[in-house]
Amino acid sequence: MVPVRPGPFVSDCGVFPMEWTSYLAPLSQGAWVTVQLTVYSTILGALCAFVFGLGKLSHNPLVKGISVAYIEIFRGTSLLVQLFWIYFALPIMGQAIGLDLRFPPVVAGVVALALNIGAYGAEVVRGAVQAVPKEQYEAATALNFTGRKRLWRITLPQAIPEMMPTFGNLAVQNLKDTALVSLISLGDMAFRAEQIRNFTQDSVTVYTLVLFMYFGMALVLTACMKLLERYVGRWRAAGR
Amino acid sequence: MNDATDNRGPIIKFDKVVKRFGDHVVLDELDFEVQRGEKVTIIGPSGSGKSTVLRILMTLEEINGGVVYVGGEPLWHQRKGESLEPAGEQHLRQMRSHLGMVFQQFNLFPHMTVLRNLTEAPVQVLGVSKAEAKQRGMELLEMVGLTDQATKYPHQLSGGQQQRVGIARALAMRPKIMLFDEPTSALDPELVGEVLNVIRTLADEHDLTMLLVTHEMHFARQVSDRICFFDKGRIKEQGKPEEIFTAPKEERTKAFLKAVLDPDD
Ligand SMILES: Nc1ncnc2c1ncn2[C@@H]1O[C@H](COP(=O)(O)OP(=O)(O)O)[C@@H](O)[C@H]1O
Ligand SMILES: [Mg+2]
Repeated sequence: MVPVRPGPFVSDCGVFPMEWTSYLAPLSQGAWVTVQLTVYSTILGALCAFVFGLGKLSHNPLVKGISVAYIEIFRGTSLLVQLFWIYFALPIMGQAIGLDLRFPPVVAGVVALALNIGAYGAEVVRGAVQAVPKEQYEAATALNFTGRKRLWRITLPQAIPEMMPTFGNLAVQNLKDTALVSLISLGDMAFRAEQIRNFTQDSVTVYTLVLFMYFGMALVLTACMKLLERYVGRWRAAGR
Repeated sequence: MNDATDNRGPIIKFDKVVKRFGDHVVLDELDFEVQRGEKVTIIGPSGSGKSTVLRILMTLEEINGGVVYVGGEPLWHQRKGESLEPAGEQHLRQMRSHLGMVFQQFNLFPHMTVLRNLTEAPVQVLGVSKAEAKQRGMELLEMVGLTDQATKYPHQLSGGQQQRVGIARALAMRPKIMLFDEPTSALDPELVGEVLNVIRTLADEHDLTMLLVTHEMHFARQVSDRICFFDKGRIKEQGKPEEIFTAPKEERTKAFLKAVLDPDD
């Protein structure tokens, strides 16, 4: 999506030291990619978490089986392998069965991150749904709610605020994990940092900058998740 | 053709109903009937199966044998020709619409305002318009004396207020049968009266059938047409309140009443 354009520091004559401020432009380009990767994969991951977390609670053995398999596979293998598998292995397997499964790096990156974080999120969703007191389920049944409305109107609104603190942690984890996609040549912040370092050999400055930039993003993300947490649980604070 | 609008016969009938939890037999071929409009109070020691009877009626607990009829129609079974087969969800939903339940722990929806607690099911389940549900909700709040609490959340209310909302919430679905499972047992003593007063108002409604489990013997005596004493999953003794409270025949009944009425002896 974002082509890897050579920054101003790139020169044909190779390595020479530069002002640290000149790193900021290429790093912020990378930062923007990191932000996009994080936002898209967290949203898609949350979707996976709900679909498969609820799927694991389904009475339908097929739905349940698929959900359990997904959760176990993606929690039991490393993100790096998942990423490489989707980016490198899937296209070849697709070729064998006559399907074009080549994805642009950004798609492969978002999908791998989302599936990975979604598997952890699914367990959070399942746990929070099961933690809603069974009396709530019974009250809804006594009022003759259908199974679906009971889930959407009674169970989930109470379960979601319970999920939020862990979801916040998972989102930050996801932000940090985006650094791995630089390995499939996506121009995210880690990728840009590596590029600059290659040209300047100025590891200390570059990685210190990147460290603070990731940390700043994590702070912003945490704040956003806290706001969301407060919003979905606003009934709990009423009158307090 | 039978349904709960059929005016003949008992509105509730347990026919040799068996309920087990594992090996533990809780209801042992229970026979039990309630007539239309009748106010029946179930008393008995803890663990005797009182809640189980109400929970079976509210379809929260399945039965292991026998047949339960509500309005002449089997509750946990569907008629198929001459025989009965286990009920599907559609049948259960239809049968449930005749019943309302008030829980010991209130079980209000904590994420909804008081008024929303009363309008959600009518709107979502019965398809009543929001405006109509709100109007009806406010009428019910007036009946239980809580109009000023409509926009509050359950946790902002006292236990007694919460239980009055619980009663209003059940009534919002216009059930023909109201089930009360120890509605005041979780309340501080000074809050019991306000809840009993609401139930007393309902007891005056001629058409409403009421099945009440309580340890408030004085209250039970005032509002009930009949008292059933449960012991070990069977009705040990039943009759008019005066008979049961002043001249119980069974030793178990005597011992139980003595224990609850003058616990200091
Ligand atoms: N879900 C359950 N699992 C196992 N045993 C249960 C369950 N619910 C009730 N029981 C048992 O059934 C018996 C009757 O319970 P219940 O109807 O709640 O009694 P009561 O309301 O008269 O105190 C008790 O012995 C209780 O332990
Ligand atoms: Mg009980």
